[in-house]
Amino acid sequence: MSDNFMPSAVEIMRFMPEIILILVGTIIMVFEPLVDVKRKSALGFVALLGLVGAASATFRAMDNPGPAFQAMLMVDGFANFFRLLVIGVGILTIVASFAYLKREHAESGEYFALILFSIAGQGVMVTANELIMLFIGLEISSIASYVLAGYLRDDKRNNEAALKYFLLGSFATAFLLYGVAWIYGATGTTNLTEIRRVLTNRDLAPAIGLVGTSAALIFVGLAFKVSAAPFQVWAPDVYQGAPAPVSAFLSAGPKAAAFAIFLRVFFTAFEPIADKWQPVIWVSALATMIIGNFAALLQTNIKRLLAYSSIAHAGYVMVAIATHSQIGAAAVMFYMVAYAFMNIGAFAVVTHFSRQGERYVDTDDLAGLGVRQPVTAALLSIFLLSLIGVPLTGGFFGKFYIFKAALDANLVWLTVLGLLNSAVAAYYYLRIIVVMYFREPGESTVDLQPLSPGVLAVLWGSAVATLILGIYPSIVLDFAGKSAALVK
Amino acid sequence: MNDQQLWLIPALPLAGFLINGLFGKKFPNILVSIIAVASVLGSFAWVLKTLGALGDLEHAHVEHYLTWIQSGPVNIGVDLAVDRLTAVMLLVVTGIGSLIHIYAVGYMSHEGGYYRFFAYLNLFMFFMLTLVMGANFLLLFVGWEGVGLCSYLLIGFYILKKSAGDAAKKAFVVNRVGDFGFSLAMFLIMVQFGSLDFQKVFEAVKPLPVDQTPGILTAIALLLFVGAAGKSAQVPLYVWLPDAMEGPTPVSALIHAATMVTAGVYMTARAAVIFQHSPLAMDVVATVGLITAVMAATIGLTQYDIKKVFAYSTVSQLGYMFIACGVGAFSAGIYHVVTHAFFKALLFLGAGSVIHALSGEQDLRHMGGLAKKIPITFAVLACAWVAIAGVPPFAGFFSKDEILLAAHHHAPWMYWVGVITAGMTAFYVSRAMFMCFFGSYRGHHHPHESPFVMWGPLAVLAVLSLAGGWYFKVPHYLEPVFPVAEGHHDETLVYISVAAGVIGIGLAALMYLIKPGLPDTISGALGPIYKLVYNKYFVDEVYDATIVNPMVAGSRGVLWRIFDAGIIDGIVNGTAVVARTVGGGLRLLQSGNIRSYAAWVTLGCVVVLLALGVMSGGVK
Repeated sequence: MSDNFMPSAVEIMRFMPEIILILVGTIIMVFEPLVDVKRKSALGFVALLGLVGAASATFRAMDNPGPAFQAMLMVDGFANFFRLLVIGVGILTIVASFAYLKREHAESGEYFALILFSIAGQGVMVTANELIMLFIGLEISSIASYVLAGYLRDDKRNNEAALKYFLLGSFATAFLLYGVAWIYGATGTTNLTEIRRVLTNRDLAPAIGLVGTSAALIFVGLAFKVSAAPFQVWAPDVYQGAPAPVSAFLSAGPKAAAFAIFLRVFFTAFEPIADKWQPVIWVSALATMIIGNFAALLQTNIKRLLAYSSIAHAGYVMVAIATHSQIGAAAVMFYMVAYAFMNIGAFAVVTHFSRQGERYVDTDDLAGLGVRQPVTAALLSIFLLSLIGVPLTGGFFGKFYIFKAALDANLVWLTVLGLLNSAVAAYYYLRIIVVMYFREPGESTVDLQPLSPGVLAVLWGSAVATLILGIYPSIVLDFAGKSAALVK
Repeated sequence: MNDQQLWLIPALPLAGFLINGLFGKKFPNILVSIIAVASVLGSFAWVLKTLGALGDLEHAHVEHYLTWIQSGPVNIGVDLAVDRLTAVMLLVVTGIGSLIHIYAVGYMSHEGGYYRFFAYLNLFMFFMLTLVMGANFLLLFVGWEGVGLCSYLLIGFYILKKSAGDAAKKAFVVNRVGDFGFSLAMFLIMVQFGSLDFQKVFEAVKPLPVDQTPGILTAIALLLFVGAAGKSAQVPLYVWLPDAMEGPTPVSALIHAATMVTAGVYMTARAAVIFQHSPLAMDVVATVGLITAVMAATIGLTQYDIKKVFAYSTVSQLGYMFIACGVGAFSAGIYHVVTHAFFKALLFLGAGSVIHALSGEQDLRHMGGLAKKIPITFAVLACAWVAIAGVPPFAGFFSKDEILLAAHHHAPWMYWVGVITAGMTAFYVSRAMFMCFFGSYRGHHHPHESPFVMWGPLAVLAVLSLAGGWYFKVPHYLEPVFPVAEGHHDETLVYISVAAGVIGIGLAALMYLIKPGLPDTISGALGPIYKLVYNKYFVDEVYDATIVNPMVAGSRGVLWRIFDAGIIDGIVNGTAVVARTVGGGLRLLQSGNIRSYAAWVTLGCVVVLLALGVMSGGVK
């Protein structure tokens, strides 16, 4: 009997990306005190190496998909897609962070290690095939994120962000855990496939109210993580208060992983009661889009604006989830990739522009950037146009596939309202472009340094990726479409 | 078949564009020129290598690179293809393109924005090559729009000159009309045949019986021709081309004479199968071509700006090419594309050399007697002159002859109109030559001969203008693509058309060499008619009066004042107020107070629980 608990080599290979990330993160923590203060950025390169290693391990795992550890994990195409995505987000974040950390005199190994731990947690989340594993992954990822949000210990805004994030995050996680307990009570299992089997079995199926309640509680926990209404309140405060590169990371990595488990839980375990949860997601999607877009209209702080924008985009993704279809799932996957590039790009410009202590974070501060730093302004414009969803950018095809999936699922009204919402959104993104190009340069652009190599690399990489996704979307969509067939 | 790396042909100029466009500002001019010229020469070399490797090319050689758009039954790939038609176009585009790039190195040497010019020129080459190599309508359209964009950028190259900006805008707007037709044609093809692939569409069209072809093919053919008429400056969409001469002269030669404007002819020939299934569309093509040829030639008779003369000549010659397509002699049309590329590029570049020599003077009335002052330019221009005038055995003679014979075979009256036009062509080119090079010098500048980098390419083009028609038997080469219609070769018809050319030259000599007062007498005698033609039939004015002004007035009066300012702004401002109010309301939720946030989360949770847990039957 005990033999069965020994994982086979194949199973370990399937889990190898997370093993690498945790190992490298631990190594960084151990060697951190031994590294000279001026050389801390070397640890960042170690972290990058770890991420590259994890990515190649993911490619290895792709050749041999299947369950691991008594089917607690499911390493399928879907999981590997999201693993690669969060690893990519990690790479972009670290490369964009070097200049920031140097500027704030806050270079240390913990920063990089925390990002690695967070990504390892996200890796567990996206591979989890079981509610307890899912919870563990979520916690690994979240706790690292809480610390990252308050990374600059002496900065009041960082402290506030971290505390809010932690308190509300724990609150929401409690709901999730409570929901897990309910579903275990109702079905006697926490395995997603098993739950589904029990729910579809006439003889075994528990009272629908019991299942609905647990689905609702789990929904609350996950909706909080993806900042869907009515659980989005934390996002603006946290994104505004956290260091800009961390905000970029939070809006792309943990969010993508949270959407992945959203898909897995609701498309697998709760699939039998889809007609019950679909209307809830419908309403939540609409409310999320409206709150995000309309609140963003009035923002003058660019980080806060991007936070609301991030809420609005979560709303679009919720539309795709509401379709409850395989092409909807593929649309979510494509969107998260496109969103990661354009949002990290936009935040990278903010990181660069805000200067030490993040003094310049008002939209008006960008006045005349088009004259002072035409390349920076042009790249930011690409990201903003993609966030609007203008053709030839990844954002366009992201929205296109989402709304096409919604129409295919007969969600006509949600599509119409969603499109109207994205028209509203054009206003606040375009306003930034107007400020950059049509206002006279002010004092905020006087002492602007040239872009550092790391930020430059991230900007160019993200811009090129955004455009490639906009011209040749099949490159990701084919992969997403193949991986979207979830294990049922 | 073996892989030929066709993608390299367009990719090389694209690389040139990227390098010069991104970093050219910091490069010295010499480096910019080397990159630009080398990329196009490399492309030319690769064309030669590929054609050599592909052998006789009886069948199209297609290379598939990517599946670009895949959505349900729609499957569009990035596929490049080479068949004999494309081979001819490739040689013209890269060959002439290389010569013009070299010439431009000299011509543009004193201009600002040197790197920008060459970046645009390289980008143009990329799109033009995509256009001729694309294996489906969409890729052709990508190239089509791309060359339109480059044309726009290059016409307006002198950004500080208002007339250049206006001309660029005009070209852009007029071309939109044509592109609209082209897009509609593509949609119809997609709906009808479920594909945009040339091979698939044409194979589906081929077996259809011609005499009872469904009207949809006529619609497709006519819409395609609207596109072609826009790009190739046919009546009534030709008005942009003469204005396009505001761009630098190498641009006029490359884009607005040798290559881009022939894209419409190429596209018509490419879609020949569709056109052949619609006799009506064929008649429209031939008639429009004929009207264009005559009309533009008459305008050419009266102009004084040397580039304008050649511009109207281009419009007229493009008309010729469409006559050929319309009467079913597609290979003759492409033949004329080739020979015309030789002599018209030469005419423009030669004119550029004259303008360069006179430091920007373009008015024929301020020239004269330049034959001795700039002998090389005169010598090469003389080659273009005899070529375009249809003097045997030079280039223009062969292709024009083919077209006129085919026209006669189709309808004798078309032949006669064509012959008269040929006479006019010979006249206006001779007139320009006489006014420019003979008599006494009437200008103020001190003419100087152009450097070798400029006249070197001219010499090559001169050789091509003289021998190209005889040496390159294009119709014979194109036989696998366009089977030659039977038809006897009538010697008399050839003599007549040659005679028309000679008479044209003779008349010009009489009026501008022997009796210089004669033109004024004639124009005086013709009075109103002369004025009508001199003012280009007032077409621009008619367009202004009937389309542009009403549109501007309507936009100002109705759309702007009433619709935009009143209704739209009202709605927008109203929406903005609502949106801001909503936004302001939402902001109140965001107190920053964590206890209230937690309260919201709890409240939300209750709502969701009610919705999911209770409503779904929990409280039964």
